[in-house]
Parts: sequence; C-alpha cells; structure tokens
Amino acid sequence: MSDQLPALQILITMLAAPLCVLCRHARVSWFIAFFANILAFLVAWQLLMQVQSSGAIRYALGGWAAPAGIEYYIDTINATVLMLVSGISAVVLLYAYESVTKAVPLAKHYLFYAAWLLCVTGLLGIVITGDAFNVFVFIEVSSLATYMLVSFGDDRRALSASFRYLILGSIGASFILIGIGFLYAATGTLNMIDLADRIPDSQSQRSVLVAFSFITIGVLIKSAVFPLHAWLPNAYTYAPVAVTVFLSGTATKVSLYVLLRFFFSIFGKDYSFGQLFLNGVLLPAAIGGFVLMSLVAVYQTDLRRMLAYSSVAQIGYIVAGFSLASQAGLSAGIVHMVNHAIIKASLFMAVGCIIYRIGHSHIPSLDNLFKRMPLTCTAFVISGFGLVGVPLTAGFVSKFALVGAAMDKGWWIVTALVLMSSLLAVVYVGRVVEIMVFRRAREADHSFTGMSEAPISMLLPMYILVIVGLYFGINGSQTLGVANDAARQLLGGF
Amino acid sequence: MIARHNLVKKIIGLGVFQTSIFYLYITMGKVSGGSAPILSDNEQIIYSNPVPHVLILTAIVVGVATSAVGLALIVRIYETYDTIEEDEIREIEALESDA
Repeated sequence: MSDQLPALQILITMLAAPLCVLCRHARVSWFIAFFANILAFLVAWQLLMQVQSSGAIRYALGGWAAPAGIEYYIDTINATVLMLVSGISAVVLLYAYESVTKAVPLAKHYLFYAAWLLCVTGLLGIVITGDAFNVFVFIEVSSLATYMLVSFGDDRRALSASFRYLILGSIGASFILIGIGFLYAATGTLNMIDLADRIPDSQSQRSVLVAFSFITIGVLIKSAVFPLHAWLPNAYTYAPVAVTVFLSGTATKVSLYVLLRFFFSIFGKDYSFGQLFLNGVLLPAAIGGFVLMSLVAVYQTDLRRMLAYSSVAQIGYIVAGFSLASQAGLSAGIVHMVNHAIIKASLFMAVGCIIYRIGHSHIPSLDNLFKRMPLTCTAFVISGFGLVGVPLTAGFVSKFALVGAAMDKGWWIVTALVLMSSLLAVVYVGRVVEIMVFRRAREADHSFTGMSEAPISMLLPMYILVIVGLYFGINGSQTLGVANDAARQLLGGF
Repeated sequence: MIARHNLVKKIIGLGVFQTSIFYLYITMGKVSGGSAPILSDNEQIIYSNPVPHVLILTAIVVGVATSAVGLALIVRIYETYDTIEEDEIREIEALESDA
C-alpha cells in the first residue's frame, strides 16, 4: 500500500469529485470533499516522512517505466508543497462549511465542492509529477477549476474577474506549453530527470533558450509576479471568500514550485543564473513587486483588495529569495512560501468572518470592530504581525532568513529595500488595526449592535492557522531545516 | 486577443493561439520520408513520431474545455451586464465602484 501512495495522492481527490456531483446534497458533498482532503493530507504527510527517511521517491505510473512512461518524482520540496496544499485545503474546507453558505446558493454547493476537489487534484498533480507535459495538463486542470470557483462569487464582478483570469491564465499555460514543446524538440524526452541530463548536450541550444524564455514568462504569469500580476487583485476580491483563502495559500505557491523545478532541477542553476543571468529578470520584478505593490496596498479602501496587493508584494519577497540562487536564498524563499501561505490564509479567513457578519469589508467602516468581534480581530492582528515580520511570528523567520541571505551575498540595496517595504507593510496593516481596535465608534453611523462573533466553525480553522503560524514563528528551525534540505537538493540538480 | 474588446473575439483569439501551438508540436513530429505512425506489415517503413500527436490530443481537449468555460462565463456575463464588450463592462464596473 505504501508503495502506491504517490498515485493515491492524486486519486483520492480526483475520485471524490464525481462522487460530489452524483450526490446532489449540499452538506453530504461538503463532507465528501472534507474527508477526501483529510485523507490526501495524511498521504502527503506520509510521503514527506518517507522522503525524509529514505530519499527521493520515483514512482512509475501504471508500471510504465520512465522515460517512455509518466513518472512521479517526490523529493523534499515536492513533499513540503504537497503537505501545504492538502493541509490548507482541508482547513479551509472546514471554514467553508459556513462561509460558502452565504456566498453560494445551497442548490449549487455540490458543484462548488466538486470544482474544489478538481482544483486540489490539479494542484497536487502539478507538484507530484516528474514529467514536463504532465505539469501542463495538471496546470490546466487546476486552472479551469479555479476559474469556475472564482466565478461563484455573489458580486457580478466575479464573472468578469474570472473571465480575465481565464484569458491571462490560459496565455500563461500556453506559453508553458510552447516552452515544453521546444524542450521536446531539443532533447526528445519529456521526463524531467531525462531532460536535465540531455539539455546540456543538446544540439539545438537555441531551442533550449527559446524554451527557457517561454517557460519563464508562463510561470511568472501564473505566479502573479509583478508586472504580470494583473489577474490577481480582481480574482481575489470578488471570488467567494473561502476560494480566496484557498487560492492565496496554494495556487501561486504551486506555480512558484514549478519555477523552482524548471530553473534549478531541469535547466540547472549554472545555466539559468550563470549563463543566462536570470537574476536580471527576476530581481527587478521581485523588487518592483514588494516595493510598488506594498505602496498600492496602502491606498486601498477594501480589505480584500488590500490583502490581494499585499500577496503580490509577498510573492515578490519569495522570488527575491529565489533570485539569490544560493542555498540560504532558496531556503528563505521556500520558507516564505510556506509561511506566507499560512499567514495570508488566516488573514483572509478573518476578512471572511467580518464579511459573514457585516456583509462588506470596506476598511473605513470597520470602526471599533474589536468590541463586537474580538476573536476575529485578535486573529487578524496576530496574522498582521506575521505579515509585517514581528519576532515570534512565522513572517519574522522568513524575513530574517531572506535578509540574512541577501547580506551573505552582499546585496545591500536589496536588503535595504526589503526592510523599507516591511515598514510599508506596517502602514497598511497598522491602518486596519488602528481602525478596528483603537478607534471609538462614531455615533449611530456604523453601530454594530446585535452583531456577534463569527460561528465557531469559521473561528476554529482560523485559529488553527494562527496557532500554526505562531508555532512556526517560535520554533522556526523545523521549517527552516526542511527548507534547507529542499534548497540543497534543488541546487544539486537531480 | 488583447486588442479586441468583444469578449467572444478574445475567446476566438485564444483558440487561434492554441491551435498555432498545436501546429508547432505536430510539425516537430514529422520525420523526413516518414509516413503516418500507424503500424503496418511493411518492414521498410519509417514512421513519423507519434508522441507529439498524443500530446496534442490532450492539449486539444484542454483547449476545448477552456473555450467551454470561457463561453459559459460570457453567457453569464451577458445575462447580468447586457453587453459583451469589455470597455462597456469596465464602465459599468467603474460606476458601481464609485457609487
């Protein structure tokens, strides 16, 4: 049984999706989705244990040996992202039980959860596969499910946001497809390990270069790296809140994993960063992201849109870590991938609780919310501190690692910019905290009388994430150790 | 796809773009002097590479699904906005946000 775990990882959620469609009942389909996700999380955990004890796993799907057959390749970075995706999905599904009830009509819930399961299947598939074309297939599976999920929002702008995301996301995926095609033309294989072997010896180096360019752009679009982030703010703002929580924690992180896999494992660090100077593209994009997007976030009046721009900024930090191309930089980026997913998910959950009770997330109207919804506001404050990078939170661990890695390489300007943009984060988080906690309610204007705290089924998952964030902040060595392992393996190639 | 404001034209543009990618793959598979990759008894025969064909079948299905989702979205957008021109939709949304 434990031999077949890699296949199970995909099959559990994939088979649960049609089950959801077949049983039309809203609550039963939720239960199927939740149960399938818990199983998927347990499988991912088991896989991580296996990888840590006995090294990378290579699983030939259907018994067809690579390179002719499709292979699943799992090492530390894969297993970490698998656990992240399945874990966040399980926690958010618990949250979605109540939250989705308000956003989506009950009759449509079974379709919503089926789409959710397909999205999780796609994301897990992207992470687990060791075949380049398989990556594209799973990217499209997860993307299509995501477009559907985003369009479930009750605001009609969700539809045009989803459409825009569809167009831009399909362009990104098509670019990745073109890149894979050129790689196949240059080497004759699609298996990632084989590609890594054959690329340096290939006779058509120009094809490899073209492939590299196309894959870079495609992956950057999918990861919403500045300036290719245009689809993200609207998609996050108008989708149902549970979907935003889920996407903020998983979709962009998985695309960043694809970036790591292609640049470090397949093309190799020497080719990508030595010969081709990928730094020149990644670093300005990253800096533009965390500086400019933090600035834009300061001026937003809607809480969700502000957090969406903040997400683009944090993705900038992750990409900055990657562009350092050193073990310290890579592990800083990977740690931030995990930590940001947890922090942003809990922040969006808090916003969802607010929307559940009040109906909107307009920042200036949230005066003195602390009095009515103390638990939600506390969670928001703690996670907000995590976003800024206050010590004892997970965000501090990753910021510290990032600054340390940048100083190791002597990139003083980048260090200064990272610290400066953290101050911007203080501004945009602090503004909301000030309004929610410290400002006295203006008379009769927005009185929250009769407003109670969010339901326990929404508070519990949120606090699970907050506590996990604090745990990873206080005991950062665990995540850093795993990230270091992953970074070392990535730098070493296959 | 980017220049056209009509949403359906964007989907058409996407379809044309994806079809051109399929051509790229299939032309890659042709071996000079090769014939269709269908097994035959003739031992002298050279086959064109069948793998790109298989990849493209998958990609075509993906393209169909994408167009289907896109068109379904356009139907819903038309039902709520009464237009499928992107600039008009943006105007309506801008008014809504300011209100």
